[in-house]
Amino acid sequence: MNLFKQLIKKEFYHIIRDPRTLLIIFILPIIQILLFGYVITNEIKDTNVAIYDKSYDNVTRKIKSRIFASEYFKYKGTVHNSQEIEERFRKGDIKEVIVFEENFAEKLQREKQADIQLIVDASDPNTGKIISNSTRAILKKYIKDINQQVHLPYTIQTIPAMLFNPELKGAFMFVPGVMALLLTLISALMTSISLTREKEMGTMEMLLVSPFRAGHIIAGKVVTYVILSMINAGGILLLANLVFDLPVNGSLVILLLECLLFVTTALSLGILISTVTDSQMKAMMMSTVGLMMPTMLLSGFIFPIDNMPFTIQLITNIVPARWFITIIKNIMFKGTGIQYFWKETIILLIMTTAFISLSIHNFKDRLE
Amino acid sequence: MQRILYQIQKEFLQLKRDKQILPMIIMIPIIQLVILANAATFEINEIQLSVVDLDRSPSSQQLISKLAGSQFFTIVNRSFSSEKSRDLILKGKADASLQIPAQFESALNRNGRGQVFMQINAINQNAASLTQVYLNSVINDFAGRKLSQKIKIQGQPINYKNINTHVSYWFNPEMNYKFYMVPGILSILVTIIGMFLTSMTIVKEKEVGTIEQVNVTPVKKVQFISGKLIPVWIIGMLEMAFGLLLGKLLFNIPIAGSYFLIFLSVGIYLIVALGFGLLISTVANTQQQAMFVSFFFMIVFILMSGLFTPLESMPIWAQKLDLINPLIYFIRIMRMLFLKGSSISDIHQPLLALLIYGGFILGLANWRYRKTQ
Repeated sequence: MNLFKQLIKKEFYHIIRDPRTLLIIFILPIIQILLFGYVITNEIKDTNVAIYDKSYDNVTRKIKSRIFASEYFKYKGTVHNSQEIEERFRKGDIKEVIVFEENFAEKLQREKQADIQLIVDASDPNTGKIISNSTRAILKKYIKDINQQVHLPYTIQTIPAMLFNPELKGAFMFVPGVMALLLTLISALMTSISLTREKEMGTMEMLLVSPFRAGHIIAGKVVTYVILSMINAGGILLLANLVFDLPVNGSLVILLLECLLFVTTALSLGILISTVTDSQMKAMMMSTVGLMMPTMLLSGFIFPIDNMPFTIQLITNIVPARWFITIIKNIMFKGTGIQYFWKETIILLIMTTAFISLSIHNFKDRLE
Repeated sequence: MQRILYQIQKEFLQLKRDKQILPMIIMIPIIQLVILANAATFEINEIQLSVVDLDRSPSSQQLISKLAGSQFFTIVNRSFSSEKSRDLILKGKADASLQIPAQFESALNRNGRGQVFMQINAINQNAASLTQVYLNSVINDFAGRKLSQKIKIQGQPINYKNINTHVSYWFNPEMNYKFYMVPGILSILVTIIGMFLTSMTIVKEKEVGTIEQVNVTPVKKVQFISGKLIPVWIIGMLEMAFGLLLGKLLFNIPIAGSYFLIFLSVGIYLIVALGFGLLISTVANTQQQAMFVSFFFMIVFILMSGLFTPLESMPIWAQKLDLINPLIYFIRIMRMLFLKGSSISDIHQPLLALLIYGGFILGLANWRYRKTQ
């Protein structure tokens, strides 16, 4: 035990000796959480819209002023023929053109209906859909207003309740995601770099001839970096709560325990990486190039897993962040207890055990 | 020139000598491109809906079967208990629940007004808003049909004015996310690899000590920097070409613009991305520092690139800050060239921005690198 303490002491010396790296490890996540908290949202704002009004009457004028009164849309001039529309889209300075048909007001009065065409730049399909839906919502509201006196014999009112996130804040999606991403990468990076550096510098040989056992050497690294990563996790949670008002509806103790578990999973992944590579460069390459995009895109952070094709859904099962994100959302937003995410917890436990035993196995191989 | 060539040769030899690194550089992006391109979709095709029918009338049955028949919804549960429904949402087995209250049909028939309640899991606000839109549209459609039946029977005209909206989605009418995501994800993967390799190069020589040996040779600063840049640039270009070929073959990505313009833009963009890596490499003392710094910038660049979230939604200060993000220019150019078939006059602005940026960042890296300590 005393020996083990010495080992941890040594690890801490390594870290404190390099204050620049320490600063980077602690400051970067904070900057990122703050930055993304204000930046990442799927809402549209000030989308550039051009008008193609073939009618120019008092109804189209009213509709236009409704549309540009909202914060979603910004007026970006008029166009006069379809060729011009194409040019403007190609140049990329507008995202939508609203086309009013000829004699709009007159048709609406006489035939009780008139046509509006929305031409949307769908080269980014998601933004395209959000734009068209927002425009439609404004039009719908207008239709409702002009029909106020009319009593329709058949209408169904829908009363929505947005559960867990009534204000529809983007932060509910990105904080768990960024947290999982940062914890995975920083933890995996730190351990894999620290182990491979010992190999590269030759100090690993010294450790191996010392009375420490392989398990001890690995455990020494894990304990040290678990402490560092937990400080990071705590900082992120604190910021999420103070700056972005994210609730912790469930138990804080369980939340921290789950963070501890996930950090350990990521660290053991880092150890596993370091046992199969022999240089810092390769270890880093695996832990960033190999982990960054999958953790971002296959964990449910940005793209909901339910929408993916079945085979890809199967692949997402091996991404640890996926399970962690589900757990955090459960504890923080849904406020559920362990009975709702015991499965995810067990999966993370199994992953950790697998990573560690594989590493010890590889590590012993190298000893001989 | 001769000196740069020798340096390039040396860099490639170093890469070739290592049996692990070259396969990693080539295979990781290719495998990820194929998998991630399939994963990156916001398209919602299967909303798991739990239905609580407290009315049990023909009308409520009709509404439910209409929902079940819609392409967006899968009914995962039909019960009479709203607690059960809520529990399913808590468990993540349902995304939303629709409750049809008792007396739904009789209220509709009596005064033409009905009410339904929906509960939507809104942790993902984007998906929640879409779910609401789809639910509303099915329900409105249902009400509209009932209405027109009634009008037909009673034969009375009503004074309801309607505006029909028709939406046409240009450049990607099928709303295929892959057309948009594949060039974007490929750009990101090549950026990660390129920035990573360049941010390591100089600092690695510093750590190993070979930088001293280089410093005493007659190699000039500019030559040294170019010798570090060009090999990675070649790798990046090849990877981009291979990735695009793959995109074309596997995902049938349309390429509306000219190939020359695409590769011109890739070439210019890579100079910026790699220059950024080189700059980090000249500033950092250890590989570990270089890694963490480039890791930080990469995440910021990727998440603020406009690929996953619309740029316009960011606050003004963030948009200004984002001007230093080379990915925003590049992704804009790629989107315009691939899907819209834009010409050089359409993209000259972002392209020029990248060119100036590249010159600036390389100049900075060159200035920061000191041959003498």
